[in-house]
Amino acid sequence: MTDAISVTGLVKTFGATRALDGLDLSVRTGEVHGFLGPNGAGKSTTIRILLGMMRADSGAARLLGGDPWADATTLHKQLAYVPGDVTLWPNLSGGEVIDMLGRMRGGLDKRRRADLLERFDLDPRKKGRAYSKGNRQKVALVAALASDVRLLLLDEPTSGLDPLMEEVFREAVREEQRRGDRTVLLSSHILSEVEALCDRLTIIRDGRAVESGTLADLRHLSRTTIQAELAAPADGLAQLPGVHDLHVEGGRVRFDVDADALDPALRHLTAVGVRSLVSRPPTLEELFLQHYDRTQRTAEVPR
Amino acid sequence: MNTLTGTVRLARLILRRDRVLLPLWVLLLGLIPLSYVASFNELFPTEAGRHGYFAASEHNAAFVALYGRLFGSSLGELVAWRAGFLPVAVGLLSILTVVRHTRTEEESGRRELLGSTVTGRHAGLAAALVTTFAATLALGAILAVGMIAQGLPAAGSWAFGMELTASGWVFAAVGGVAAQLTSSAGGARGIAIITLGAAYVLRVVGDISGIGDGTLAWLTWLTPFGWVQRMVPYGGDHWWPALLAALVSAVLAATAVLLSARRDVGAGLLPPRLGPASATPGLRSPLALAWRLHRGLLAGWLAGFAVLGVVLGYLAAGVGDLVRDNRQLNQVFANLGGASGLIDSYIASIMGLFGLIAGGYAIQATLRARVEETNGHAEPVLGTGVGRVAWLGGHLTFSLLGPAAVLAVAGAAVGLTHGLNTGDVGRELPRAVAGALVQLPAVWILSAVTIVMFGLLPRLAAVSWGALVICLLFGLVGSALGLDDRVLEVSPFTHLPKIPGGQVTVAPLIWLTAIAAALTAAGLTAFRRRDVPVT
Repeated sequence: MTDAISVTGLVKTFGATRALDGLDLSVRTGEVHGFLGPNGAGKSTTIRILLGMMRADSGAARLLGGDPWADATTLHKQLAYVPGDVTLWPNLSGGEVIDMLGRMRGGLDKRRRADLLERFDLDPRKKGRAYSKGNRQKVALVAALASDVRLLLLDEPTSGLDPLMEEVFREAVREEQRRGDRTVLLSSHILSEVEALCDRLTIIRDGRAVESGTLADLRHLSRTTIQAELAAPADGLAQLPGVHDLHVEGGRVRFDVDADALDPALRHLTAVGVRSLVSRPPTLEELFLQHYDRTQRTAEVPR
Repeated sequence: MNTLTGTVRLARLILRRDRVLLPLWVLLLGLIPLSYVASFNELFPTEAGRHGYFAASEHNAAFVALYGRLFGSSLGELVAWRAGFLPVAVGLLSILTVVRHTRTEEESGRRELLGSTVTGRHAGLAAALVTTFAATLALGAILAVGMIAQGLPAAGSWAFGMELTASGWVFAAVGGVAAQLTSSAGGARGIAIITLGAAYVLRVVGDISGIGDGTLAWLTWLTPFGWVQRMVPYGGDHWWPALLAALVSAVLAATAVLLSARRDVGAGLLPPRLGPASATPGLRSPLALAWRLHRGLLAGWLAGFAVLGVVLGYLAAGVGDLVRDNRQLNQVFANLGGASGLIDSYIASIMGLFGLIAGGYAIQATLRARVEETNGHAEPVLGTGVGRVAWLGGHLTFSLLGPAAVLAVAGAAVGLTHGLNTGDVGRELPRAVAGALVQLPAVWILSAVTIVMFGLLPRLAAVSWGALVICLLFGLVGSALGLDDRVLEVSPFTHLPKIPGGQVTVAPLIWLTAIAAALTAAGLTAFRRRDVPVT
């Protein structure tokens, strides 16, 4: 199957600021793709270029087989977009906004609309000015999820939702995922969300894609945390290549180990004798810190 | 902590945020009258010349409607009278300033952020009021000092300055009250501006009745504009109307504080209502959305123009009576074509005024698209199958056809009421409607300029108001400023035929419309090519 989104070498500048600096992104048809990065990394700018709202200075972008700038309106009938900061018209009710946006996209599934309103616990009669941030977000989500489209572009869709509603949202995205023919691009800085939902992800920093692949691919780049209780002191562990942050308290050890150094490290432990062992895969938080927290990286060097 | 803690800090914040805007309008409005001094000196260097102008103007209904009553022929009195529209402008800007720093802040949620710091409950309102009071006081002082520097009597100059200050105070307080009533800034502005408009209409009716049979002259005493003009700078230099205005401002400000104490932050006194759970079948196009967004504004302008049209049309017949009763005036206006010519020129000048005001509506309606863009409302719509031209077209429908509707209503209102007075609706109605509608090409130029700004320089779109300010200045005081004709012709309104009464020339209407169309097309093209949103 072809890619729903393919972007290569995208550059966009705003005055002196280089918002996108040669971004590559490819999203396969039918997958939920996480688009992960800190605030200001260029996520929203990318999505706006994909929507044909902004024009890239250079680079190529294809969306559902079309040119996002030239074929904007045709493409928009096949996608639904939830902006990062949802603002509603103060004098239109939530229900009116949902219906209007749905119709402008070319259709709305009435049953799905009712179902989503119920699940998101949203009163569609309130006027735009009366909604809280989370409820405004829900209005945009219901309008997008109830539309019959091939592609969902969700820009930080859960900001402002409470944990209960976040779970409702995840369930709704999983339903999309199960249909198999819908593609979702989910931008986020909430790592657990991407971890829970996405088939593949792209990490973006300062307008460039720094990593891309499945979660498993990216974990390969990272370390595993090992906690163990040993029969005897583990001499020589600190000298092993790829072992970091070693803490020893009597017979207890805790350390991080690079993926390719895991095998020799475990052999070393079993040679000493293991009483208990906890190994934990890195959370996306840890992946994230590796890629984004430059200060921590430099601070690690002296150790 | 008392309820006013932090007022000074908030006032400093207001001054910081408005460090360009506030001095700009304070200086501009404070200095405009200085130009009148020079132009009156040039046009009427002698006492006799001024007296002739006074005699011709004191009973000119169009002048009285615009500027108020003229009580004397001294240079100072003529200047202060000619500046008679400034109290309205000062009042309007005071309203906008107060609402901007009270209800707008609250609606955006910034008030809540500040409210959580060591800031008293009424500090926001107090800071907005105090700042605006001080700004209009400065405006009055600048004006007074300028006038004294021009060699006018000091007492009159201070009274003149106070006239503008007092108007600013009253309407700043009106804005403060309105900001407590609704939960939206737009609604608060609407309420306050309608109050301002009503005060203006009362002043016009009262004054015009005052130069006629006087039956409705008492209306002047119901409006702040009537009070401040009764200060008669350089004539009587009365100070009690300023005291009255200050008293009313204090009462209104106290009312605002009382109202604000009775409600929650973010809420209005008028409760929000629930809307429909689903949209009507028609709400599916950008035009339908634009109708929802523009209809309130359009209705307000229609109502305002209808009321103003009825009032000014009703007064038209009286303009003729004045001349019939007064042989000296008859002489003066003989060259205008006698009584009927005078009425015609009165109606034509009213229509010119309607045209300028409709220009304000045209710009406001066009800028609605910009507001949609900066508020983030444009993005979700443009993210659907709606194209950019269709989206902007929805708003342009209102910025181009809206002024047509309000002008038609104003013309019809003038024509009907005047026609009923003279018993010849069949003659007056079409002439008045035609007089109103010929304004359209010039109004469209203002819409088109705004569209071009929106397309090319969206961040500076609001500068389009400058085009209206230029047209207003040229139209109302251009000849008095002694500007060259070629400069005056920059304003599209100077090219319009004066109807009824004047020569009907079609050519300028056609090329003005063509220019407007070309500008609109250029603006649309620019908008199609640029990034959205530009914030």
